[in-house]
Amino acid sequence: MDNFEPLIAVFSCHYCSYAAADLAGSSRIQYPPNIRIIKVPCTGRVSVNHILMALEDGSDGVYVAGCLKGTCHFIRGNYKAEKRVQYVKDLLSEINIEPERVQMYFMSAAEGTKFANVALEMTEAIKKIGHSPLNKSRS
Amino acid sequence: MIVGERKPMEELLGMIEDFERILVLGCKGCVTVCCAGGPKEVKTLSTLIRMDRKQKGRKVITIEASTELQCEPESIRPILEKMANQYDVVLSMACGAGVQTVAKLFPDKLVLPALNTNFTGIAEEHGVWTEACLACGDCVLGRTAGICPVTLCAKGLLNGPCGGASEGKCEVSKDQPCAWQEIYHALKRLNRLHYLKQKPQVKDWPVHPGRVVREDLREVETT
Amino acid sequence: MSFRESLESGKFLVTAEVGPGKGTDVEHLLKAADIIKDRVDAINVTDLQSSVMRLGSMAFSHLLTDMGIDPIFQMTGRDRNRLALQSDLLSAWVLGIRNVLALTGDHPTMGDHPHAKPVFDLDSVSLLEMIGKLNSGYDMAGNELKGAPEFLPGAVVNPGADNEAALDLQIMKMEKKIEAGAKFFQTQAVYDIDLFEKFIRRVEGFKVPIIGGVILLKSAGMARFMNKNVAGVFVPIPLIKEMTDTKDKVKKSVEIAARIVKRLKNLCQGVHIMALGWEKMIPAVLDQAGI
Repeated sequence: MDNFEPLIAVFSCHYCSYAAADLAGSSRIQYPPNIRIIKVPCTGRVSVNHILMALEDGSDGVYVAGCLKGTCHFIRGNYKAEKRVQYVKDLLSEINIEPERVQMYFMSAAEGTKFANVALEMTEAIKKIGHSPLNKSRS
Repeated sequence: MIVGERKPMEELLGMIEDFERILVLGCKGCVTVCCAGGPKEVKTLSTLIRMDRKQKGRKVITIEASTELQCEPESIRPILEKMANQYDVVLSMACGAGVQTVAKLFPDKLVLPALNTNFTGIAEEHGVWTEACLACGDCVLGRTAGICPVTLCAKGLLNGPCGGASEGKCEVSKDQPCAWQEIYHALKRLNRLHYLKQKPQVKDWPVHPGRVVREDLREVETT
Repeated sequence: MSFRESLESGKFLVTAEVGPGKGTDVEHLLKAADIIKDRVDAINVTDLQSSVMRLGSMAFSHLLTDMGIDPIFQMTGRDRNRLALQSDLLSAWVLGIRNVLALTGDHPTMGDHPHAKPVFDLDSVSLLEMIGKLNSGYDMAGNELKGAPEFLPGAVVNPGADNEAALDLQIMKMEKKIEAGAKFFQTQAVYDIDLFEKFIRRVEGFKVPIIGGVILLKSAGMARFMNKNVAGVFVPIPLIKEMTDTKDKVKKSVEIAARIVKRLKNLCQGVHIMALGWEKMIPAVLDQAGI
């Protein structure tokens, strides 16, 4: 368990968190290498099935990183994503998988540090929860 | 549309416990519109079933498919016949009528309902559905300004309201407007308040199961 | 004098009400009925009031006939379909019951068996029509009866409907009930006499006797509860204050009721006193009101 390195999928909005990731990179801010970023035009595009697919295909955790509330380029996309994340959490609870494996975060394009902190926070959290029960084979 | 809701996973997983090859069969009709049993929900449910089995270390094969209208034999026969030897059980995400159509057409396959069928209703907004029609077989909407007292009055009263409403709300629920007061306002707006004065109605309840026959549409008998 | 004779005589009518309880104990109810029997023209017996499961109206109405009291058998459409309703009416007739009050009934969710299947096969209007049909010697399906009843059918109206639509609808339904054969009306409790007078002005042309409802106010708390929870009942604030300020609640309650009865005497054809357990106060109310 000590050397468990989780694999975490991040659905990242083009307008905010993806740019924040860029900024973290250009500012040489370190963040864990556990995350895999999937760029989306808006977190409102992320469906329940997208998150489930990521989990089924081996992610130990998934998070959706959208714009700060009130700043979505498409007005409501991040609010919709937040509700869908909650829906997925409920589904996971129904099949006895820790709902904490899925989270929603909000950040602006200027928050490179926050992007790195969230990646770190999520990585630590998933390390504590442990391997996804769907992915016991991967070390 | 017919409005349904997915059964709790615990109940569904219990139903399919004995099976390894499952056809998860959606319907592109009503239950797609109410987001309960369309292609998207088929994918969600199939994924959840696979995730559950994977956790338990048990094998499962899910086939995902959706019919145009599962209550219509012509729309399901080709799909189910083509794959007949690939699945052991059908987990139908259609309404009760869809489930029964599959059961009738394929008497040798077990069909399980993935949804609870709630009612014939309308979308109040995306994500909120309310009951609108009890299919009573004798529509009175023409006399009630398009507001159904059989469905929307908790007592299904046909001759005006009871005395139980307060502040325009039904005695059964403070969230439910008194259907008869709504009818009153609508008829007043349409200048048709005199519709309320028609002679008393008694509903003659239909015998279940119902059956509608149109001779002109039936197959012609020759010889 | 039977209730029908009192009604036809044109005298000012007094009716009261008893509600059978949950269980077979009827002693206290019979005692209450005995106290008031010489002061009232009839006693209503409620039919599973507020949708709470209780002893039935038919049996208790029958017990009243044994005491020489003319009961008003309350019948709702909540629990019985048209088969049971017609059959119970025939049964009631052979048990000596002569007056029926036709009601729609509260919804089962209001009571102690909230998941019971609500019936409402007939509502108050169609129930009245059906009674008329039985009286004429036929059942609802048109079959001839061997021996027909001669019920005196009555109905209720809620004059305190809290908005224009509700009041208009109540009055329209009242007309339908009259067409369907209602020979008298009993009303929900009246406290705001001015409002009631306005109602009376709208319906006096119907020429059907109206018996105004009076509920004995037992406390200010009860008044507030009714204002909040009982549709069509509104106790004006000054009355609540009178109840709060008094030292002798029983005396005050009787005084208020007598005052209402006195005023109703000039407005309608009778009073229906719902004492809710305080039946022994009814004679005092009538004495003070000069009846």
